[in-house]
Amino acid sequence: MTMKKWECIVCGFVYDEAAGLPDEGIKPGTPWEAIPADWACPECGVSKADFEMIEIGV
Amino acid sequence: MDPVIILGTGLAGYTLAREIRKLHATLPLQLISADDGRAYSKPMLSSALARDKSADELASASATQMAAQLNASIDVHTRVSSIDRAGKTVVSERGRFPYSRLILALGAEPVRLTLEGNAAGELMPVNNLSDYARFRERLAHSRRVLILGAGLIGCEFANDLASAGFNVSVVDPGKMPLQALVPRYCAERLQEALGEQGVTWHFGTTAQTIDKSAHGLRVTLANGEHIDTDLILSAVGLRPRTQLAGEAGLQCNRGIQVDRYLASSDSDVFALGDCAEVSGLVLPFVMPIMHAARALAKNLTGKRTAVEYPAMPVIVKTPSMPLVAAPPPRDSTGEWRITELDSGTVARFEDCAGRLLGFALSGNAVSQKQALTAMLPPLLA
Repeated sequence: MTMKKWECIVCGFVYDEAAGLPDEGIKPGTPWEAIPADWACPECGVSKADFEMIEIGV
Repeated sequence: MDPVIILGTGLAGYTLAREIRKLHATLPLQLISADDGRAYSKPMLSSALARDKSADELASASATQMAAQLNASIDVHTRVSSIDRAGKTVVSERGRFPYSRLILALGAEPVRLTLEGNAAGELMPVNNLSDYARFRERLAHSRRVLILGAGLIGCEFANDLASAGFNVSVVDPGKMPLQALVPRYCAERLQEALGEQGVTWHFGTTAQTIDKSAHGLRVTLANGEHIDTDLILSAVGLRPRTQLAGEAGLQCNRGIQVDRYLASSDSDVFALGDCAEVSGLVLPFVMPIMHAARALAKNLTGKRTAVEYPAMPVIVKTPSMPLVAAPPPRDSTGEWRITELDSGTVARFEDCAGRLLGFALSGNAVSQKQALTAMLPPLLA
């Protein structure tokens, strides 16, 4: 499966599926779809449900 | 019923509108903007130049698109001149708009220095999308940039511009960069890292005059030095926009004073974002806006909710020396304990009982942000 990166359009934080966010208990390789709906951008607090993340490439 | 009116379509105004819509699909909602109402990422203004992003690319949606998305009416290029609280109406040059409840999301105004010289008007702040567009336009014809102010915005721009290949100088009356946010040790590491990128620092002095010269602009500093440059960015701080509220008789201090429910001294008028002083705190950052918007949306839709602020570290977007800062609350007593790691620094501010009250992380140590944030007391519990 191809790993993607997602960028928060408010603060520029990048979620890299390949790296995950081990600090937050999100394992490397976790696809965007598998991140819980109540997850929020760790840098600015924008919620996932706002669709504030945009795909920035493969 | 008269609509809820939000003055301002920045991050605060639009975030609040979105949060209201999550809770109530049909509450009449009107947003009024002095500018074109485009939605954009404010934090990216100081970090998008190196990535060659245009103002249009930073804008994610037009006012028309936002109005459709939010099921709201949006009046653009409409400057509100006064608030008639007795008549529950805002007054603009485009007419009077009645409100059921009014939210002030007016933002903050860049502090403008008054300098001498025949080119004193050349100071450019970059505090919104049109400022950014003008600045980027000027950059296309510039090689050298002078930045006034070594705070968060000044340092982010210095890093961004230096990595885009510009010749950058920074002037600040203080002793080091980010003086308000990080301890001296971390400030010095940032100073060195940006110095290696080619940034020239001028501390302990201020700009006094700007004159046109044969080769661009000549800035004379209070210490007598001259700096020749093509462009001058002013990043000397922000002042919450309180004038409209003050003239309407609402209580203002540093910002428009609101309580934990985001209500001002008039219970039908609320404020959030960079213009607001929430329970004594003026915090012009993204995270506090998110928390305030969620609490205020509940209050406006019938569920009385006090805003809670957890500890909210600030990320400094200086890729040459990544930094995260959670400064201790004002007047805290304690001391900084610095631990030097292989490729980073952990600075912990602890009180006499060893409790963590603040921290600063640099380099690879920024990965400890989550762990240390969890140990900090909340700002408003």
